[in-house]
Amino acid sequence: MAMTDGNRSYSVRDMIKENKKKQNGQQFVEWLMPKFLLLTAIISILTTIGILFTLLFETFIFFERVSIVEFLTSKEWLPWDEKTGSFGVAPLVTGTLLTTAIAMVVAIPIGLASAIYLSEYASEKARKVLKPILEVLAGIPTIVYGFFALTFVTPLLQKVIPNLGIFNALSPGIVMGIMIIPMVASLSEDAMSSVPNSIREGALGLGSTKLEVALKVVLPAATSGIAASFMLAISRAVGETMIVAVAGGSSPVFTFDVTKSIQTLTAYIVQVTTGDAGYGTTVYYSIYAVGMTLFVFTLAMNLLAQYISRRFREEY
Amino acid sequence: MEKLIDKQRVVQHMNGRLLRNNVLKFLFFLATLFGLIVLVVLLYRIFTQAIGWLNIDFLNNFPSRRPENAGIKAGLVGSLWLMVIVAPVSLILGVGTAIYLEEYAKKNRFTDFIQTNISNLAGVPSIVFGLLGLTLFVRELNLGRSVLAAGLTMSLLVLPVIVVAAQEAIRAVPNQLREASYGMGATKWQTIYGIVLPAAIPGILTGSILALSRAIGETAPLVVLGIPTFLAYLPRGIFDTFTVMPMQIYNWTSRPQADFQNVAAAGIVVLLVVLIFMNSIAIFIRNKFQKRY
Repeated sequence: MAMTDGNRSYSVRDMIKENKKKQNGQQFVEWLMPKFLLLTAIISILTTIGILFTLLFETFIFFERVSIVEFLTSKEWLPWDEKTGSFGVAPLVTGTLLTTAIAMVVAIPIGLASAIYLSEYASEKARKVLKPILEVLAGIPTIVYGFFALTFVTPLLQKVIPNLGIFNALSPGIVMGIMIIPMVASLSEDAMSSVPNSIREGALGLGSTKLEVALKVVLPAATSGIAASFMLAISRAVGETMIVAVAGGSSPVFTFDVTKSIQTLTAYIVQVTTGDAGYGTTVYYSIYAVGMTLFVFTLAMNLLAQYISRRFREEY
Repeated sequence: MEKLIDKQRVVQHMNGRLLRNNVLKFLFFLATLFGLIVLVVLLYRIFTQAIGWLNIDFLNNFPSRRPENAGIKAGLVGSLWLMVIVAPVSLILGVGTAIYLEEYAKKNRFTDFIQTNISNLAGVPSIVFGLLGLTLFVRELNLGRSVLAAGLTMSLLVLPVIVVAAQEAIRAVPNQLREASYGMGATKWQTIYGIVLPAAIPGILTGSILALSRAIGETAPLVVLGIPTFLAYLPRGIFDTFTVMPMQIYNWTSRPQADFQNVAAAGIVVLLVVLIFMNSIAIFIRNKFQKRY
């Protein structure tokens, strides 16, 4: 049997054959694509494994040369002398905690206040204007903030605090806080917006003012989301690099004085890698031990944030 | 008999509560404005510092020891070279992962694990990605301080952002479209390729461009990789050493001479212009092509 189509003619058998060929190709694609896509998904797992192994291996080499006890308990970080050097991570940790604490003092009140305004008071129109502006603040590269801290905020603060050093913990801390405001504001606002309106209306109907609704009804109901946003903000501040590297200085001293030059975990890694610490020296391996400290700290914060928002979420 | 409701007291009390409401409302508003004010001050400062230094020569010159001769050409071209690697690698990996998770993956522990892993990766400080890149790409794979090594490091850094954006875009495609496609006899991949992806592409692109603009502004991982700042030539291929704008700005910022601060400001203006350009493309795509179902 043959079908004629103009000059060409096909036998059904040919058509079946051709169709099968096409289907085979298609089936191959159908078989291949999920495998390929799975492979791309596995890359993200490999990245995590890569980070873990890199940090673990190199940190291990570091701890073969420097005792882990010294790393954790000594209060001196003097890595540059191979013989008399001292590797106590405490000064870097206090430097990090100091700038992080300052950043939180700025970011948490202002971020939370912005969140309350945006979620409880602002009109739809005002929100549409204000939110993107906050997002712009979050999109500015950190090196720009570092420049701003060093060349504007520090001189400004020096007029108020005369003995403030050119490099100090205060200025990068404040600027870091400003950088984190949008993050706290938008995550907290999300948490507050997900509180259902019926609860607000109930409180308003009982005669509460908007402020009372916001502070006594919405905030408690959104606590888990807000707390999670604080945790993420802390994690972000701990891992922030360029602002503290540019404006914080490079003096690892065990101090809580915000006017003095300090060094954070991240700034130390920057200092070593911009300099010419030779591959294989103890200083070279020390950046992995410091990186490991940083990684463990931020991971703990992130996991805590996930735990809080899952465990303490109010379901409506 | 005692009055149950003393009108006088209620009015007094109410006034205090209303006053507190208004005062705090104003404070909350000020807090929201604070960000805007800082933004204006920051931009004003940088533009006024940059104004005398920003000219065609600045765009055309290589870095120099003398501030008046310094330029950002190497950084600008380098940042574009970086995108040559980051854009395709992070898009293929990110969108691939998102398609897998949204369309193929079964709801099981392994899928949950990938998902949790991605959100944790998003929280890893960028400098740690730098350490990974230094060990894996620069040393183990022996790529040196090349465009490729830096590009791969940056791709891994922005990957979580792109995955999440692409997942959201794919999830927003309504199921009726998929079912209609299956009903017409299309296979799974045909449906994804012909129906889901075209519908999701505006969302994917918007998120990805924002992620790429983050890669352009990122400095820390590149410092760790040891990307040089003083380069008087342009890279010719992906295996050449190169520099990027943020590295140049970092270098200029940390120099003691006051004039270099102005050069840094000029560099920042160029960087911001590139970022604004990319962001406007993202917003344009979002407004123009995004459909609501």
